[in-house]
Amino acid sequence: MSSGDGVSQSSSKKSKKPRYSRFTQQELPACKPILTPGLVISTFIFIGITFIPIGLSSLSASDAVVEIVHRYDEVCISSNANDDEAAHFARIGYIQDDRTNKTCTRTLNVPKKMKQPIFVYYQLDDFYQNHRRYVKSRSDEQYKSPENEQKTKTCEPEAFNDDRKPIVPCGLVAWSLFNDTYTISINGNTIPINKKDIAWRSDRTHKFGSNVYPKNFQTRGLIGGAKLNESIPLSEQEDLLVWMRTAALPNFRKLYGRIETDLEANDKITVVIQNNYNTYSFDGKKNLVISTTTWIGGKNDFLGKIYITVGGICLFLAIAFILVYLLKPRPLGDPAYLSWNKDPASY
Amino acid sequence: MRDLRKMAGGSGKGIRFSRLYSFSCLKSKFRDEHSQIGGKGYSRVVYCNDPDNPEQLQLRYRSNYVSTTKYTAFNFFPKSLFEQFRRVANIYFLAVACVSFSPLAPYSATSILAPLVVVIGVTMAKEALEDWRRMKQDIEANNRKVKVYDRSNTFQDTRWKNLRVGNLVKVYKDEYFPADLLLISSSYEDGICYVETTNLDGETNLKVKHALDVTSSLRDDDYYKKFKAIIKCEDPNEDLYSFIGTMWYDGLQHPLSLQQILVRDSKLRNTEYVYGAVVFTGHDTKVMQNAIDPPSKRSKIERKMDKIVYILFSLLVSVSFMGSFFFGITTKNDIHDGKVQRWYLQPEHTTVFYDPKRAALAAFFHFLTGLMLYGYLIPISLYVSIEMVKVLQGIFINQDQDMYYEETDNLAHARTSNLNEELGQVDTILSDKTGTLTCNSMDFVKCSIAGTAYGLGVTEVERALAKRKVDAKHNITNSSSNIQMSTDDVTDLGKSIKGFNFKDDRIMNGGWVNEPHADVIQKFFRVLALCHTAIPEVNQETGEIDYEAESPDEAAFVIAARELGFEFFERTQSSISLHELDYGKGRKTDRSYELLHVLEFSSARKRMSVIVKNAENQLLLLSKGADSAMFERLSRKAKDFEAKTREHIKRYAEAGLRTLVVAYRELSEDEFRSWEEEFLDAKASVNADRGALVDAATDKIERDLILLGATAVEDKLQNGVPQCIEKLANAGIKIWVITGDKMETAINIGYACGLLREDMKQIVITLDSPEISDLEKQGDENEATKASSESITEQIRKGKSQLCSGGSSTTFGLIIDGKSLSFALSSNLEGAFLDLAVHCASVICCRSTPKQKALVTRLVKKGTGKTTLAIGDGANDVGMLQEADIGVGISGVEGMQAAMSSDFTVAQFCFLERLLLVHGHWCYRRISMMICYFFYKNIAFGFTLFWFEARASFSGQPAYNDWYMSFYNVFFTSLPVIALGVFDQDVSARLCLKHPQLYEEGVHDILFSWPRILGWMLNGIISSMIIFFFTTNSILHQAFRRDGSVVDFEVLGVLMYTCVVWTVNCQMALSINYFTWIQHFFIWGSIAFWYIFLVIYGSLSPVVSTTAFRVLVEACAPSPFYWLATLLVVVSTLLPYILYRTLQVEFNPMIHDRIQRSGMGGSGNESPGDLSIQHSGKMGSVKDKSRYRDSLLVKQ
Repeated sequence: MSSGDGVSQSSSKKSKKPRYSRFTQQELPACKPILTPGLVISTFIFIGITFIPIGLSSLSASDAVVEIVHRYDEVCISSNANDDEAAHFARIGYIQDDRTNKTCTRTLNVPKKMKQPIFVYYQLDDFYQNHRRYVKSRSDEQYKSPENEQKTKTCEPEAFNDDRKPIVPCGLVAWSLFNDTYTISINGNTIPINKKDIAWRSDRTHKFGSNVYPKNFQTRGLIGGAKLNESIPLSEQEDLLVWMRTAALPNFRKLYGRIETDLEANDKITVVIQNNYNTYSFDGKKNLVISTTTWIGGKNDFLGKIYITVGGICLFLAIAFILVYLLKPRPLGDPAYLSWNKDPASY
Repeated sequence: MRDLRKMAGGSGKGIRFSRLYSFSCLKSKFRDEHSQIGGKGYSRVVYCNDPDNPEQLQLRYRSNYVSTTKYTAFNFFPKSLFEQFRRVANIYFLAVACVSFSPLAPYSATSILAPLVVVIGVTMAKEALEDWRRMKQDIEANNRKVKVYDRSNTFQDTRWKNLRVGNLVKVYKDEYFPADLLLISSSYEDGICYVETTNLDGETNLKVKHALDVTSSLRDDDYYKKFKAIIKCEDPNEDLYSFIGTMWYDGLQHPLSLQQILVRDSKLRNTEYVYGAVVFTGHDTKVMQNAIDPPSKRSKIERKMDKIVYILFSLLVSVSFMGSFFFGITTKNDIHDGKVQRWYLQPEHTTVFYDPKRAALAAFFHFLTGLMLYGYLIPISLYVSIEMVKVLQGIFINQDQDMYYEETDNLAHARTSNLNEELGQVDTILSDKTGTLTCNSMDFVKCSIAGTAYGLGVTEVERALAKRKVDAKHNITNSSSNIQMSTDDVTDLGKSIKGFNFKDDRIMNGGWVNEPHADVIQKFFRVLALCHTAIPEVNQETGEIDYEAESPDEAAFVIAARELGFEFFERTQSSISLHELDYGKGRKTDRSYELLHVLEFSSARKRMSVIVKNAENQLLLLSKGADSAMFERLSRKAKDFEAKTREHIKRYAEAGLRTLVVAYRELSEDEFRSWEEEFLDAKASVNADRGALVDAATDKIERDLILLGATAVEDKLQNGVPQCIEKLANAGIKIWVITGDKMETAINIGYACGLLREDMKQIVITLDSPEISDLEKQGDENEATKASSESITEQIRKGKSQLCSGGSSTTFGLIIDGKSLSFALSSNLEGAFLDLAVHCASVICCRSTPKQKALVTRLVKKGTGKTTLAIGDGANDVGMLQEADIGVGISGVEGMQAAMSSDFTVAQFCFLERLLLVHGHWCYRRISMMICYFFYKNIAFGFTLFWFEARASFSGQPAYNDWYMSFYNVFFTSLPVIALGVFDQDVSARLCLKHPQLYEEGVHDILFSWPRILGWMLNGIISSMIIFFFTTNSILHQAFRRDGSVVDFEVLGVLMYTCVVWTVNCQMALSINYFTWIQHFFIWGSIAFWYIFLVIYGSLSPVVSTTAFRVLVEACAPSPFYWLATLLVVVSTLLPYILYRTLQVEFNPMIHDRIQRSGMGGSGNESPGDLSIQHSGKMGSVKDKSRYRDSLLVKQ
């Protein structure tokens, strides 16, 4: 109770009138944007005339990309089964059998001239690399330095081998490393696929240690994907590094390598595929993708189309509003617009 | 309280004491009462000057240490944490944080704990700061020094907190009392002292306290060696105005009353020192017992917000359930016919959370995970943000120069910050009249003496009445002359004396001597000069006399008497002295009157009397009081001019004046003696119904009075009241006036302040009919009640039919008096009454009691369900203020009690206009926008998580890095919302006042209606869909840079999150109406901070930053695709809102849209003002100018 009085007494000599400041009187200089027809129309026009060119240029960039997509998971297995179910099991049996020869040769046509660098990708569909159990099953600490070899707690169930020794690199992600390989040749001349620098630079220099070597990898009864050369440090196992960058969506591509020679139009390229990777269990698809890039990246028209659509809608709206104002003009500040002006001044 | 009876003189008057206190006869009475004293509620025993007495120690009364803090150092953490977790949302987040340590959590435990810790930490810091301030005050109070009589038989300095019950203390002039003390003696011989109680009740006048006569001679330290006394009294209670106890001293028992009690926190004035014994200490003191928090009120918006939070909870649960349902199915399918499907997940070696064999259990656990993952649907920082915003809004209200009142040096003050937005939704204002609509500074303007009316002044109400009549005849043509008239009066007022506005040459300057009833006039003014409790203060330099009076009415009477030749200049304990004009001799003489008794004023008695003995040894009873109380006490013989006086009183009441009847009576010595004995007995009784006994005793002597006349004082309307009421009415606010005045006065005040207008039809409900008063006179209470009730029912029914037949064009004013109100408020009639009242434009309740004020308020609040605001200034309004949704106190003349129990205080009624129309509207708009936006941004964010999860086979994997998410509510989006909540203005203050219609947005709750809230939520869902589907489709699986690298989990997260941050901040920019540099800074700063955060966080070790490692620098920034996608998504997300707003502004504009456009495109009033504000030098003049223009607008 005495609180307020202490204050009032100390200040009672001076006036309590607050000092004027624009801040306390809430009169700071301000701009007050109002949705006037002029502003709306010009905004829409502005969006329209910027978006359509952007859309067109990204469309043309996407168009300039030459891309060869070839699905090989089904064609590389000859299956004589009658029904789907049986075919499914036959494929699984085939892929899980270590003794069968899984080499598969495909011939592809180059539709347009492809300038180097040409990127070779593998594309997996319906592979949930973003599954929480999968994403979490890794140990960045272990990959980074050899002292953390034992830090495999997060890697279950691929943490230790059957002798309770830590697996390096541990975790489901590494364990399921993609192991199909491609060899490309034109007219019998092998075209080298450069597999250097396909991973992120930061992965090579920071995330994966140059002194961490694979250990006890794929030594359990259950073999996942590729095996690793134990004499090469993790930071140089670029296939692994690429794979370890988990994909965001269940359909994804990953960089396999680069071709550093141009391919001419109508070149027939022969691809020898080692079809090792099991996508048959979960009905996933495998594609080989050979693609060039432009400033916008790979081939995808979506961005350009949406840019054009949004720009088009804005232009359309702008025109519609202009028509509305031409047909039904409403002058600004029209007193009749303020309905309460009809209020009688009777009192 | 103001009983001067015992203000006995010095030792010379000792003989009189024995007469006044015939102890021998009192003793027997005391023995009966003594059982009471020891009993329940009266059990306190104090051993004066003997605090170490074993019996005293055994009683273990509390120490004088006072703590007003909510927490102590030990219980701060547990208690404030407990307070925090009384909020449902916080409990939820705590539960989530606990579970987040288990493998169920979709993200790391620290990242979910961090925002919770921040949010709770901020709130707790705020609590701690407030409590620390209180603690500092406590420490200061506890360590003040006071002189205490100790074992060394001297008075030594001791800290307040060490004081114990029974201590003797010596308090000097201008010191505060450290505890509730029993006054033993003072520096004055007769043991009186003066006390200022501003801290308790805000009354600035001094109050007289006096010691018992038996102790008042102990005026020196030496006396206290042997002093011992035992006080037995009531237990600690919060009643400031009563005290019952007895003191055993010298083997005798003496009655104690409030007159001997010095209450803690009041101040000793005009007295050198006093001695006192500590009776109540620390928290037992009256002031501490009073310090109970007023009922906490919550605003409607906040209550609605809770509902929205529940909606979000159910949304959260259903989304989680949906997720876990699909998760269960996919998990079950992982092993199909004994064959592993998604072998890369190793479903055959798994924990229970992903086990296909126990898919139902896994789905259940996943449901818990989902509850955590989608927790972002519930804005964790909502409550703390709103609290911060409201505190800042409150500061703006407190700092508003336009609500500063020069005369009393008072500002508007938001005492509670949680009702700011409620100010923007007020539907009904219930207003007190005196001191609220009026100034409560009384001017003596008229009087009626011996049937002759004196006083030629014109009151404001009369002016309004005259204007009304003129207007009715000549429409507006004559208005200029009226204005002329008013300005004349204003110049006259400048010369006049405060409290006195009486002009009549028949009386003034000694002229009354020649009037026909000069003797009556003399008696009349003598009564005014003697019958009061004012204390004169002689100005030493000028010799002028001012008065400290209990009420402004009383001051007006004493001043009037002074001006007319009866100058009251001295009051001692037993006498009152006047400089008096003797009409026989025609010159001034000093006359002294011996003051025998004061029969105090109370609202029940409605009168006050003094008994004096004049120089001629005549015993006189001088009386003044309300007409209702006085006329029935007049002598049957002396009714000469009663009829005329009654008529004058009626006329005065019509002119809006407060009237009192003045009467006197001569007493015979015997009559006085026998009455006095009875009266003293009653006063000395020590039980609870002493008041009733005293009343009965006074009743016996206050009869057979001889009428002298009546006074009329004017209570001026405050400045700007009619204009303010008109504005508020235009804003759609209904105004009820609830007053204690007579019906005529109330109606006329109603006209004067524009509540009632000539074109209104009046519905009057009253019980002033002869039949009912006959019944009452017969004393048949049941019959009278029944008849009254029937009469009210009938009148309400009639009123209702009048309403129906009136059509829509006529407006109605309802006037009801207090007696009728008590029937109308009975449970069977209140519905009908309310129904009638809400259809009337104005309602005036007159003659109502404080309790009725509160009841009416409750009726309106409960009955209509709308927001009510009560405004009042006096202690009698406290109930009303606490009952209403918002209580506004006028910090003015009548003390602080109303202000203490109110939620807002203003200095003048007219500031209500700005408080409601400007601050209320802004705060309502800000808070409702803020809450809507809060839900928008969290839904927009939360649903992107859901869409992503749907593409991650519902595994509960969040799309973003843990820390992006936990910083979302705290850093990337919170400051712009707070800026919106604190600074946004849809239209400027000037336009708010110019277009009061804008206020209706709040009254009808348009900005926080369900369609609007759901609309914002829908907008959030649409935004999240656009963000997710546009980003994922545009980067599907192709390379996103020239170097052929493809988008991975990290990049998609950053891209989506970038879009979310941009979208919600730009959405905020679109919804803001008022862009100062602060908004710009916060909005664009938040977006910039996201990038800065990414760079900094990304440069940490990959073990710490995990998926954010160098993601912006290395992956996103070099890719033009990233920037193009951001631009596209953000613009597309905002398009639906822009389109909606455009169409709305164009085809169905809201009121503020119209005002904004008219303000911009119309007269251009707005822009020049704003431009010229930028010339800082001319700021003042610009403001004045615009205010001048406003006043012109008002006049037009």
